[in-house]
Amino acid sequence: MDPIRQRLLKKSRQAKLEKRGRLIGLLCISLIVLVVVAIFYFVASRGLATFYHDKVNLWDFLTKQVWNPGTKDSHGVPAVGALPMIVGSFLVTIFAALVATPFAIGAAIFMTEISPRRGMRILKPVTELLVGIPSVVYGFIGLTVVVPVIRRLFGGTGFGILAGTCVLFVMILPTVTSMSVDALKAVPRYYRDASAALGATRWQTIYKVVLRAAMPGLLTAIVFGMARAFGEALAVQMVIGNAALMPHNLVSPAATLTSVLTLGIGNTIMGSLENNALWSLALILLLMSLVFNLVIRWIGRKGAVKS
Amino acid sequence: MAAAPIITSRDVHLYYGKHEALKGIDLDFNPQQITALIGPSGSGKSTYLRLLNRMNDLIPNIKITGDIRLYQQDIYASDMDIVQLRKEVGMVFQQPHPFPFSIYDNVVYGLRLAGIKDRAVLDQAVETSLKAAAVWTETKDILHESALALSGGQRQRVCIARVLAVKPAVILLDEPTSALDPISSSKIEQMLVDLKKDYTIIMVTHNLQQAARASDKTAFFLDGQLVELNDTVNFFTAPAKKESEDYISGRFG
Ligand SMILES: Nc1ncnc2c1ncn2[C@@H]1O[C@H](COP(=O)(O)OP(=O)(O)O)[C@@H](O)[C@H]1O
Ligand SMILES: [Mg+2]
Repeated sequence: MDPIRQRLLKKSRQAKLEKRGRLIGLLCISLIVLVVVAIFYFVASRGLATFYHDKVNLWDFLTKQVWNPGTKDSHGVPAVGALPMIVGSFLVTIFAALVATPFAIGAAIFMTEISPRRGMRILKPVTELLVGIPSVVYGFIGLTVVVPVIRRLFGGTGFGILAGTCVLFVMILPTVTSMSVDALKAVPRYYRDASAALGATRWQTIYKVVLRAAMPGLLTAIVFGMARAFGEALAVQMVIGNAALMPHNLVSPAATLTSVLTLGIGNTIMGSLENNALWSLALILLLMSLVFNLVIRWIGRKGAVKS
Repeated sequence: MAAAPIITSRDVHLYYGKHEALKGIDLDFNPQQITALIGPSGSGKSTYLRLLNRMNDLIPNIKITGDIRLYQQDIYASDMDIVQLRKEVGMVFQQPHPFPFSIYDNVVYGLRLAGIKDRAVLDQAVETSLKAAAVWTETKDILHESALALSGGQRQRVCIARVLAVKPAVILLDEPTSALDPISSSKIEQMLVDLKKDYTIIMVTHNLQQAARASDKTAFFLDGQLVELNDTVNFFTAPAKKESEDYISGRFG
């Protein structure tokens, strides 16, 4: 064999490294996929047991309003109506997102458009700091500050959806803000220039071009914040009052999927109906986080097509 | 062309911090003419062009001295309305990037800013502007689709239509064809020549042939100074300055 051919056929060190690297990467990915699948399988098998093992009707589970897995009604069907928690979870999530969105976008506009230098110097470290605070601290502040204030203003115990909303609002604000900042920063400079050159004031440029061009990113930020709010357990549990009742107003004790889960899971026996019912709640949570994920991806893809 | 100049500038200096990017520019522009600004990159062409509709205002640490007038009105006077100025002096950029909206929304952007909502007026403006920008036939059936789906040359012409819709007196173009293929470039060049009967056009270009073909006057910038302003024919056949001759014969830049 002539030497050139030989040299071409001999595997180079780089090629071998490349191959080994790809193998390691593949292994890591497989492991992650395995873990995710295992989690889904575990939660689903437990969560579905409520329905096929304990014979609870899925529709009843989603729409009945009495949550008391220990007791059975006259037909011998356990009282596992998850609607109060589902409603509670959605209410705190939606309210928190509704309140946080204008603040977050306002702050993001200030940091990127109005005063980038000062904004970045002050707001950026602040948001990063806030993201790092553990949720128990938020819950504790909620318990000692927010709840008493609500009690004084509206009477009652102070615990409830409103207190949960306040705490979640503060918790998701930094995340939503910094993601909104990234979304606004990603709007190319030439859009701003072109708008100004067409006679737009800075404010017109912001709301007619920058916000519109950043819309997919902003929506992603909001949905991300909602996903975080939906899944937050500890802080909410500390201020919501933990009564699995339909919330009739914003200042009466209520519950969320997560708060019922964290409170209950240690006090039930594996395999019992009480335990299975909690796993069913966990399954709802898991499916919802999947939905949030899909929404984010969907928005991302729509945005990608547009620009 | 004995018409009075529409824009005059006298002894214009511009400093980016300590760096003097323009070192005393005297330059006038006549209506219904295309003036080409040429010169090596970094010579201050864009900087000068952006002065004419005050696009430099927001740059930090910038210092501008001298006198620039539009219709004899000092555009850097304290009571000058920038929004009005930019409606009179439109600008087209190098990158052919319409807004991420529909073609229609792009073209009427400036009109909507001015508060015009009448559908008939907007429709009419869209048609006239796209026609003037020579992109009507390609777009008339897809007006409500995203402008980003068009080709580069078509997008740049939509950007030009977007400026024309506001009915400016002056159009500034900063290397409008340098991101485009030769065929799209020559279409835009031809369109500019057709437009000049209604507008004052000032165009930065790095393409000497383009300057020679399309412009009436050529202004040669070098290192922050205006070396020569001449009728284009004279500039390219018998330049008055040694530097100009060196530049057009490719000896530097
Ligand atoms: N925003 C800016 N800040 C500081 N210096 C700048 C800025 N823009 C341009 N310059 C400098 O000013 C000089 C002229 O630039 P420019 O007007 O862009 O030249 P041209 O368009 O002829 O290539 C260059 O030296 C450039 O580095
Ligand atoms: Mg330039």
